[in-house]
Amino acid sequence: MVGAEHFLLLSAVLFALGAAGVVIRRNVIVMFMSIELMLNAANLAFVAFAQRLGNIDGQTMVFFVMTVAAAEAAVGLAVFLALFRTRETLNVDEIGLLKG
Amino acid sequence: MDAHHTEHAVVAVTVVGYLRWIPLLPFAAMLFHALFGRVAGRKAVGVVACAAVGASFLLAVRAFLQLGSGGGVLSDVVYRWIDAGGLTADVAMAIDPLSAVMCLVITGVGFLIHVYSTGYMAHDPDYARYFAYLNLFTASMLVLVLGDSLPLMFVGWEGVGLCSYLLIGFWYTDPAKADAGKKAFVVNRVGDAGFIIGMAVLFWGMAAAGHASLRFADINAAAATLPTGVTLAAALLLFVGATGKSAQLPLFVWLPDAMAGPTPVSALIHAATMVTAGVYMVARLSGLYTAAPEALSVVAVVGAVTAFGAASVGLVQNDIKKVLAYSTVSQLGYMFLALGVGAFGAAIFHVMTHAFFKALLFLGAGSVIHGLHEEQDIRRMGALRSRMPVTWATFLVGTIAIAGIPGLAGFFSKDEILAATYDKGAIGLWVMGVATATMTAFYMTRLLVLTFYGEFRGYHHKWEHAHESPVSMTSALCVLALLSIVGGYVGVPAVLGGGNHFGHYLAPVVGHHELHLSHSTELVLMAISIGAAVLGMGTAWFIYGRSPRADEAFAARAAGVHGLLSNAYYVDRTYDRTIVAGTVRSGEALWKRVDVAIIDGAANALAATVRAFGGSWRAWAGGNVQGYALSLFVGVVVVLILMLAGAGG
Amino acid sequence: MSEIAFYLLAGATVAAASGVLFLRNPVHCALSLVMALFLIAVGYIALDAHLVAALQIIVYAGAVMVLFLFVIMLLNLQPDPAEAAHPLLKLGAAGAAIAFAAIVWTVVRDWSAAAPPPATLAADFGTTVVVSRNLFTEHMVAFELTSLLLLVSVVGAVVLARRDRD
Repeated sequence: MVGAEHFLLLSAVLFALGAAGVVIRRNVIVMFMSIELMLNAANLAFVAFAQRLGNIDGQTMVFFVMTVAAAEAAVGLAVFLALFRTRETLNVDEIGLLKG
Repeated sequence: MDAHHTEHAVVAVTVVGYLRWIPLLPFAAMLFHALFGRVAGRKAVGVVACAAVGASFLLAVRAFLQLGSGGGVLSDVVYRWIDAGGLTADVAMAIDPLSAVMCLVITGVGFLIHVYSTGYMAHDPDYARYFAYLNLFTASMLVLVLGDSLPLMFVGWEGVGLCSYLLIGFWYTDPAKADAGKKAFVVNRVGDAGFIIGMAVLFWGMAAAGHASLRFADINAAAATLPTGVTLAAALLLFVGATGKSAQLPLFVWLPDAMAGPTPVSALIHAATMVTAGVYMVARLSGLYTAAPEALSVVAVVGAVTAFGAASVGLVQNDIKKVLAYSTVSQLGYMFLALGVGAFGAAIFHVMTHAFFKALLFLGAGSVIHGLHEEQDIRRMGALRSRMPVTWATFLVGTIAIAGIPGLAGFFSKDEILAATYDKGAIGLWVMGVATATMTAFYMTRLLVLTFYGEFRGYHHKWEHAHESPVSMTSALCVLALLSIVGGYVGVPAVLGGGNHFGHYLAPVVGHHELHLSHSTELVLMAISIGAAVLGMGTAWFIYGRSPRADEAFAARAAGVHGLLSNAYYVDRTYDRTIVAGTVRSGEALWKRVDVAIIDGAANALAATVRAFGGSWRAWAGGNVQGYALSLFVGVVVVLILMLAGAGG
Repeated sequence: MSEIAFYLLAGATVAAASGVLFLRNPVHCALSLVMALFLIAVGYIALDAHLVAALQIIVYAGAVMVLFLFVIMLLNLQPDPAEAAHPLLKLGAAGAAIAFAAIVWTVVRDWSAAAPPPATLAADFGTTVVVSRNLFTEHMVAFELTSLLLLVSVVGAVVLARRDRD
């Protein structure tokens, strides 16, 4: 019997993969994609709990998360565009200005 | 069989308050020169320096008179200095007959030399510095002889060593002169190491036997009760210190080099006073040394061999001061020979007479050097009798005195030493002593003849300007000449009808050495020593009077011997090749292997480790956003673990 | 949903997500992410979230990812040969990821043992009607604020991406 637990575990794995991707990947766009993956993992957890507890609020939550993710993607990619025009590179090592 | 009775019975101690001023006045004068010398001007410096020593002389005379003739001790305790563990030592001055004699010699001859120096150093720019050092020396030497305990004597011992270094290397801008000063200091240090160890051994033995003190009175009284190993070790180690300070075998090598200093310094320090410190020390510890007869044998042999060897070297030296330097080493050997055969009084007697005529000879040499405008090679002198009559006359007196011709001071003291040696049964040493006397007479006459007689063999312009020295210098010469003549009459032996007042005066301190010889034997010995002196003088007069260049012929014919003697038996070279080179090499090895590789390497490795750590941590702080993100993630994980653990546990 | 189906679904999703993590070419990563989003939508359906599944496909996979692909191709990004993260970073990330997954698995396992039984769902759970009713009544304020957020982001994107007129 597949219950919420299975989906929760899947969600955890996806989240972990996304977090690892954020840390490891050099290309900022791929980094961004990993963040999207993390958001989706969170969505999956919300939906699983909604189903388990019979509370529709979980799915509404997913609705909002998706909206915010879309807005964030739009702005973020615009930033990357502007960045690429000046830096000619999207390697996160080379565009870093925050030197310690 | 040793008829050396020592009266260490109850000694009358009188407490006075003025003894401390005897060393303090020259010390205060030194402060004056150091602080105000440049401002005060030459005249003031000279007056203060001489006045301080003169005042000390007057105080010494007062103490001498107060002491009287029955022995006894004047004591002046200044304050408690050391109070550590079992050892207590005071800064305390004590005058007894022995130190009274030494004080009078130091301050008296010292005063004359200070006066002489005002003339000799008149044109030197470092006038104040010179007198500061000279006064400091006088103060240190007085502390040495007045101190009532071994540690305090050692303070003075070190002080005179320091001043010797400062004064030998006085003209330090000349590297050779600075090196001579360093050599003196280093060689002395070797001796001082022996002194310190000996002092420690002695204290250890004294403390073990229940007397935790290093005062001379206590040491001499308890010496016979200490284990023989302790007394022997302490006596020998302290003697090592004496060989350093008094330029005996094997540590004599610094004295000929010390002639680099100004001549009055050579006169005061390296003839009359500092070099006699070793003799004084052994005499002061007469109780200790008589309790260690093997040590005394060593002292006697070292003294005799040194006397003989140094005299032989003096035969071929060409620098007027070097001849006198080796002569000093030789005469000091005589003093140690006397100590070694138990004739402590005779040794001190010779200290006194030697101070008179050796200071005279050195000051006379200084007068010659000054008159010839810095010429020191006797091959370039001659016929100075006419140009420098006073110097010549006094130098003649000094030569006769040192040769041991009867009527002058040297005869009585040297004769007493030789008689005591013969009496002890040390015939071999006696023969060496007589041979040394012959050589002494020979080289001194040679010096006299080549300097003052014959024809002038130097640079023409020097002869043009040769002149007698100023009164400040010649007055000192005259006084010392007088002392060289009459100074011996305090010690006329019984066999010649005298009362040997000197010997009796010192007897309460060092004991009286009774001779077992019959009067006839003594007279025969006396005749032999006179004959040796006359032989030496006559031969030299004959050879060098006729042909002043006789040395060259000798050098040509006996090159090996001549080379051996000129180079002082290559002792210096041997030391240089072995000890000095060895030290330098081990220093280099330590530098390269230990200091650079190990110590610096360790420090550098530490720094490199820190840098490596820093480098690896720098990745964390390098604006690396992903690193930050990872930190966040890891932090979340850690918090979760903690929460789980908290909830579960 | 049967277990086998779930495991297939889960395996495919994880594979797609790993593709995002490991593929060199950014375009491949984006496509891999699209795949993952699709598979997650299937998961939503299995969880009775029909509207959300549809929205996922239309908005997320359809719009957001298309935007990503547009930007990638606009910038003509090539696979970066010098892409090498600091080994320490890789190690840390791997460790943290594994640790996180392990923690969550522990928590879920403990929770499911003491959890209340699954609720019985209404027949129209997860349909458009039910979700909309919830959205427009209980979460009305959030909804309006979200639309404001979208406006701001659109304006911001236009401003940022505009070329400066010299």
